[in-house]
Amino acid sequence: MKEKPDVLQGTLALMVLKTLDVIGPQHGYGIARRVEQISGDLLAVNQGTLYPLLLKLEHEGSIASQWGASENNRRARFYRLTAAGRRQLQAETRDWEQSAAIIARFFKIKAEDLV
Amino acid sequence: MRFLQRFLKRLVNFATGRHADQRLQDEIAEHLALQVDENLRAGMSPPEARRQAAIKLGAAQPIRESHHAEQSLPLFEDLLFDLRYAVRMLARSPGFAFIAIATMALGVGATTAIYSVIDATLLHPLPYPNPTELVHIEDYLPGVSAKAVGISIPEVKDLQNSGIFQYMSIYGFGSVNLTGSAQPARIAFKPVTPNYFAVLGANAQLGRTFDPHDSTPGFNLEVVISDGLWKREFGADPHILGKALRLDNDVYHVVGVMPAGFRDQGQSTEERNTELWAGTGFAADPAPPPLRNNRLRLGTVARLKPGLSIAAAQQRLDALVSSLTKQFPEDYPAQASWNVRLFPLSETVVGSIRQSLILLFGAVGLVLLISCVNVANLLLARASARGREIAVRQALGAARARLLRQLLTESLLLFLLGGVAGFAVLFCARKFLLELIPESLPRLNDISINWGVFAFAIAASLAAGLIFGLAPAWMMSRLDLTATLRQEGRGSGGSRERSRARRVLVISELAFSLVLLVAAGLLLRSFWDLFKVQLGFNPDRVMAVQTWLPVPNNPAADPYQTATQEAVLVREVLHRNRTLPGVEETAIGNMDSLPLGHGRDDLNASPLIREGFELRSNQAPSIDTSIVSPEYFHLLGMTLARGRLFSDQDLEDTPSIAVINEAAARTYWPDQDPMGKRIRLDRSKPDWTSIVGIIADARTESLADAGTPQLYLSIYQHPAKDLAIFLRGPIDPGAIPAQVRSQVQSVDAELPVFHAETLDSVLSDSLSVRRFSMEIVALFAATALLLAGLGIYGTISYVVNEQTREIAIRLALGAQRGKILEMVLRQGLSLAATGAGVGVVGALIASHLMAGLLYGVSPNDLPTFAGVTLMLTTVALAASTIPALRAMRLDPITTLHSE
Repeated sequence: MKEKPDVLQGTLALMVLKTLDVIGPQHGYGIARRVEQISGDLLAVNQGTLYPLLLKLEHEGSIASQWGASENNRRARFYRLTAAGRRQLQAETRDWEQSAAIIARFFKIKAEDLV
Repeated sequence: MRFLQRFLKRLVNFATGRHADQRLQDEIAEHLALQVDENLRAGMSPPEARRQAAIKLGAAQPIRESHHAEQSLPLFEDLLFDLRYAVRMLARSPGFAFIAIATMALGVGATTAIYSVIDATLLHPLPYPNPTELVHIEDYLPGVSAKAVGISIPEVKDLQNSGIFQYMSIYGFGSVNLTGSAQPARIAFKPVTPNYFAVLGANAQLGRTFDPHDSTPGFNLEVVISDGLWKREFGADPHILGKALRLDNDVYHVVGVMPAGFRDQGQSTEERNTELWAGTGFAADPAPPPLRNNRLRLGTVARLKPGLSIAAAQQRLDALVSSLTKQFPEDYPAQASWNVRLFPLSETVVGSIRQSLILLFGAVGLVLLISCVNVANLLLARASARGREIAVRQALGAARARLLRQLLTESLLLFLLGGVAGFAVLFCARKFLLELIPESLPRLNDISINWGVFAFAIAASLAAGLIFGLAPAWMMSRLDLTATLRQEGRGSGGSRERSRARRVLVISELAFSLVLLVAAGLLLRSFWDLFKVQLGFNPDRVMAVQTWLPVPNNPAADPYQTATQEAVLVREVLHRNRTLPGVEETAIGNMDSLPLGHGRDDLNASPLIREGFELRSNQAPSIDTSIVSPEYFHLLGMTLARGRLFSDQDLEDTPSIAVINEAAARTYWPDQDPMGKRIRLDRSKPDWTSIVGIIADARTESLADAGTPQLYLSIYQHPAKDLAIFLRGPIDPGAIPAQVRSQVQSVDAELPVFHAETLDSVLSDSLSVRRFSMEIVALFAATALLLAGLGIYGTISYVVNEQTREIAIRLALGAQRGKILEMVLRQGLSLAATGAGVGVVGALIASHLMAGLLYGVSPNDLPTFAGVTLMLTTVALAASTIPALRAMRLDPITTLHSE
C-alpha cells in the first residue's frame, strides 16, 4: 500500500492523457469515471486528487482546458489533449511498452534459461 | 522544458496573484453533482447518494491545498509571508531594529569601503589588454649582492630575440623642459623604446604611437603626448599632429595623442602620470655606447608570448642567461652570478601598498565579525523575549523547519537592511572618504563605488546573515515547549543553552577587539617612533624649488655642458635667491639630494669602483649619489664627522673630491679608514675621486632607515641637470615660487621653475600611507571597543535579568548589597579575562603577520599588550557596572511579589 501514491503520480498522469486521447475533450468527472472503469480501484476513492494533477498537466502544456456545458447542461471545465500532450503520450507509451516488455521477459525466466 | 514551462506559469500566477480556487470549487461542485446523479440512478436515497459522492471525492481541504500549491509557488509565497511578518516584527521593536541595522551598516559599510580600494588596486588587473602577459624584468648580481643593476642594450636585444616575449621594452623616467609657450614648463617624460606602446597594447586617440619595429639608435624625434597635456598646453588643437615641440632645446614632432583614459604604468604616481613619451633606441647620444657591460638603469616592461606562464618563461630565460654567461665570460664573471628575473607587472605597480591593504582588510574583517557577533547577541536576547510566541506557534502545529525558515528570514532581512544601509551611507559619503586616502596610493583614480562593490556588500551581508542568523534561529526553534509555556521561558533548558551561546559570543567579541586594539597600538607606536625619529638633518623652514637644465641629445648644443659652464649659473642663482625676503641661506643640489623626495632611487645609483677592490665596473656595488653645492650640508644641518666638506675652491680643474656618510664608510671600507681613499664613479672616465670627508648618518633616504650609504659630489666639479634650489629662513611659501622663478629666469629665461615644497610637507607626505593605515586601524579598533562594550553590557544586563529572582532572594535573606555588586562584576570580569586571554593569542599571531609594517617596536611589545588588555578590561568593567548597580539596588519585596 505504501508505494501506491508514487506509482499513482506517474501512472495517473499517463492514464489521464490516454483517456483524453481516446475519448476526446472531457470534464474532470468524466475522466475520473473512465480511469475508474479501466483501472479498477486505483481511483475508486480520492478522486479529488485528479484536479491538482490536471492543473499540473495544464501548466506543463500537455493539456488545455476551457469552460463548456456538461451532459446535464451545467457549466463544466473540459480538458483536451494538446499537440505537445500527444507527443508526450506517444513517447511515454513507448517507454512503458519497452520497460514492460523487459520486465515481462524477466518474469518468464526459468532456471534453465540462465544456465 | 516542460518543467521550465510549468515553473514559468506558476511564477506568473504567483506574481500576478491569480487564484484558481473558484475554478476548483466550481469543478468540484459539478463533479459532486454528476456523481450524485449517478448514485441516484443506481438507486440510492438522496442523502446516501450525496454521502457516497463526498466519500469518493475525498477530503476537500487537502485537495484545495495541493491544487493551490500547484497553481503557485509555495516556497515563494512562504518567503513573502515570512518577509511581511519579519517587517512587522521589526517595526514592532524599532529600537532593536535600529541598533541591529546600524551595527550591521557600520560593519558592512566599512568592509565595503576597504573592499572598493582593494578592488581597484589589487583585484582589478592593469588597465591594458591581457594584463597577465605583462611582466617586469630585473637583472641581479647576487654574487656581489647587487640587485636591480640595470640592463645593457645587447642584453635587451638578446631578450627581444629570445622568443619569450611578444615585445620587450625599456624606458627611462624623468621630466623635460618644454619651451616655446608663454612659460617654460617641466613635463613628466618617458624616453621609451619605440615598441613601448605595443607592449602595453595601447593606441593613440589621434594620430599614432611609435612604430614598434623602428630601430633608430638614438631619439627618433617623434613624441606622443597625453590627453591632459594636449588639452592644457595646446587647447586640444585638432591639428596638433606634425607640430614641432622644443624639448630640452631639441625639436621633436608630435605623432600622436593618447586617449583620456590612458594611464602609464610605473611605480610612482608621478610616473603613472607621464604626459610625454619620446621614442629612442638608447644606443646613441645621449646614451652611452651600447656595450654589454654598460648597464643602463632603466625600467623594463615586456609582454610574454600568449599562453606562456611566468614560470615557463622564467625557465627559458634561465637557459638563455646560462648560455650567454658561457658566451661572454668576460662580461659575466662567474662570481657575480648574473641572473634575470621576471615579475608580474601588477606586482610592481601595487607592491609597496599590498601589505598595508591586506592589513586594513583584515582589520575591517574583524570589525565586521564583531558587528555580526553583536547582532547575533541581540537576536539571542530577543529569543528569550519571544520564547512564548515561538512556543505558542509550535503548540499550534508549526513545523520546526518552517519556524526555522521564518526566524532565518527575519535575521536575513535584518542583515540585508544593514548591508544596504551601509552601502547607501558609503555611496553618499564617497567623495568625502576618497579625500582621506593619501595621494600616493597607486591607482587612486580607479577607486569607484560600482555594481561590483554593491554586489560585494550584498553578498557579505547575506553570508553574515546566514552564518550569524542560523545559530540564534536554531536555538530559538528548539524550545522546550511545556516548560516555556508554563514559565515563560525562564529557567528552561533552551535558555541555559542560549546564555552559554551569548557568553561565547561576547568572549569572541572581546578577543577580536583585543586583536584590533593591539594592531592599532603597535601601528601607533611605529608611527610615533618614525615621527619622533632623529632625522640627522633639520627640515625646519626649508623650502625646495626645482629648476631643471635641458639635456639636449647633442652635447654640443648644451649651454651647461661642463661644470665650469654650469658653475656660472649656479653661483648667480644662489646669489640672487639669497636676496629674496626672508631667505637666510641658499644651496643647490640635484634631485637625489632632496631628502625623502625621490621615489626612484634605484634608477639613480652609480657604481662605486673602489681603488684596490674592483677591477671591473660590473662587479661594483652601487651607491646613492647626490651632487650638491658646498652650502648644502650647513643649510640642512648635517654634521661633519671627520675630514672636510666642499669649498668654493674645489673646481673642475682641481682634484675631484667626494664626501661620504658613516654608513658608506662602514659598508664599503669595513676595516679601513676611508679618508683619502680613491674611487671612480664613471666607467668612461679614468679620473679618480678622493674621499675627503665623512658626515654623520641622516635619514635622507627613508625615515625608517638610519644608515643608507650615501656619496656626495660637488656641483662645481660634477654638473647636474635635475636641480633643486634649497632656501632656508622665515619665508612666505605662497610667494616664494614666483619670486624664485623671476630670479632664475632673469639668469636664463628658458628654465622652468616648478614644484616648490617645504621639507616639512615632503616629510609628512612620506608618512602618508603609514598614517592612513594607522588612522583607519585605530578607527576600527575604537569601533570594535565600542561594540564590545555594548556586547558585554547587553550580556551582563541579560544575566542580571535572569537572576533577578535569585538576587532578590539573596537580598531578602540578608546578603550585603556590596556582595551582589561584586557577584555581578565578577561575571563581567571573568568574561573580559577569558576574552582577553583568547585575544592575546590572536593578537600575537596578527602582530607577527604584520611585523613588516612595524618600525622600532617588537611584535611582542609588552607595554602595548599590557596597556591594551588593561583598556579592554576597564571598558568591560565599566560596561558591567551599570547592570551591576541595577542589581544592587533591587528591591527584594517588589521583585518577589511581581514574580
